[in-house]
Amino acid sequence: MYQVRIHGRGGQGVVSAAEMLSVAAFLEDKHAQAFPSFGSERMGAPVMAFCRIDSKEIRLREPVMSPDALIIQDPTLLHQVDLFSGVTTEGLILINSTRTFGALGIGEFVEGFHPDLLCTVPATELALKHVGRPLPNAALLGGFAAVCDQVKLESVIAAIREKFSGKVAEGNVAAAREAFDIVMKEREEASHA
Amino acid sequence: MLKQCEGSHAIAESVALCRPEVICAYPITPQTHIVEGLGEMVKAGDLKHCEFINVESEFAALSVAIGASAAGARTYTATASQGLLFMAEAVYNAAGLGLPIVMTIGNRAIGAPINIWNDHTDSMSMRDAGWIQLYAETNQEAADLHIQAFRLAEELSMPVMVCVDGFILTHAYERLDIPTQEQVDAYLPPFEPRQVLDPGEPVSIGAMVGPEAFMEVRYLAHHKQMRALELIPQLSAEFRQVFGRDSGGLMRTYRAEDAKTIVVALGSVNGTIKDVIDELRDEGYAIGAATILSFRPFPSEELHELLSHAKRLVVIEKSLAVGIGGIVSHNLRMALSGISLHAYTVVAGLGGRPITKASLRSLFERALRDELEPLTFLDLNQPAIDRELAREKERRRSGPSAENILRDLASGGPR
Repeated sequence: MYQVRIHGRGGQGVVSAAEMLSVAAFLEDKHAQAFPSFGSERMGAPVMAFCRIDSKEIRLREPVMSPDALIIQDPTLLHQVDLFSGVTTEGLILINSTRTFGALGIGEFVEGFHPDLLCTVPATELALKHVGRPLPNAALLGGFAAVCDQVKLESVIAAIREKFSGKVAEGNVAAAREAFDIVMKEREEASHA
Repeated sequence: MLKQCEGSHAIAESVALCRPEVICAYPITPQTHIVEGLGEMVKAGDLKHCEFINVESEFAALSVAIGASAAGARTYTATASQGLLFMAEAVYNAAGLGLPIVMTIGNRAIGAPINIWNDHTDSMSMRDAGWIQLYAETNQEAADLHIQAFRLAEELSMPVMVCVDGFILTHAYERLDIPTQEQVDAYLPPFEPRQVLDPGEPVSIGAMVGPEAFMEVRYLAHHKQMRALELIPQLSAEFRQVFGRDSGGLMRTYRAEDAKTIVVALGSVNGTIKDVIDELRDEGYAIGAATILSFRPFPSEELHELLSHAKRLVVIEKSLAVGIGGIVSHNLRMALSGISLHAYTVVAGLGGRPITKASLRSLFERALRDELEPLTFLDLNQPAIDRELAREKERRRSGPSAENILRDLASGGPR
């Protein structure tokens, strides 16, 4: 079973991100379960959502406490909330940021992690460019598809089109595609470094 | 058709396939998405011949449902938590009048203290109101139970509550098979009321009944539920024929054949329980589980049969009967007549506290060694309680305990 935890703030589409990820996995004929952390929803408050992916029925109903992957939609949470709880050095971390892990002040924390599983992508900027609103969730899923072999970009795009329609869908698809390319390039550079 | 969707959305689609004619709704988390979904379907014209009535309260929601059902309409509503309490008088009336209303409960705790998260306190408070109560383990089952609920309700002329864990199921995206209209039509015939308000043939529904007949009317309600004990398994078997999967029934066992220790629970927590049981089975422990699907009527005979060979019973309760312990355990006592075993009540997951695999595992290990107390509160923060008790002892005006505990936890006291 592969477990993902997504952190962000109310209004950033954290819950929708987990839902779309589960749809993407479903479209690849996998079992998937997505659910929010059930807080009192309000704009700006720290929010968590979870997604589990497996080849068989998922019966477990506890929150994701030992994630294989973390998606951080809002880097301002980095030093406010215990984002890394349960993450091991085998973990994948994808952060919405234009900065590096070092510049974000967590370079020391991720020493010992696999460098190719540590990625940043400017998802808010991509969302502003393609959708016109600072909603980074779809772009991050595009980036996630580049670094995680659980879902393909095409499935993420299909899931985005299921969630949104018309111009909003196409804008988010474009943001996801560009994020995918950015992360692919980032990883290529990392592997040559 | 297989799809990946939210539990609430699946329930809304399933209810719509049952061709309800009146839906009354007043929003309350976590059931809101269900009636919102149905409202959209009515407005878009996808759900035809159905009136969606917005009302001013939960009391009104069920009162309008009572009127609609008495007039012969297939009627649906949904609520949760304080909403269910606010409609309490109408809950009893719907059952007493024998009106086959189907109502979803998105299970949630009851205040005070205010809490919007999941446990079973709301539906448990209405367990003896005369409604049939079914508890879903998964979203597939939640969707399926609604189809069975209308059949059951209309066959018996008795209301049915379908209880679905709030957030854990209602807000979870899962893989689901939404049936076709043809399948549902083949399973659920049009509503033929046993009693109806018809100006052409006037009757009064809800006449005053004195001591000469009240007992008999009440007995007949009980008799209906005893008939439901036979009907529920039949409807589940028939459901399997039409839809090709197991859903519903009175109870369901898991790896219980030779189990000396049986874990009993209601609702979605059974998924996590099964995962833990697989681990313990792999290590050679004779442990199994039983999911109670029908809490009213209570499947006493089936549970008696299951438990007659067991040495230990662990009941996981998502509600607390303050002053005695567990409601499910208390009900199980009747089924245990003549059976000698160690019975453990475990109150867990109140107000949305996650019930984790790790906690259940260590709990079951203690049960297997017979080290559990008769009543256990899973993952209780005892140091925080001890500090509050000390404050109460120290000062007469120690203040509201809810606020005190929150302040205590925020100050980073040891857990």
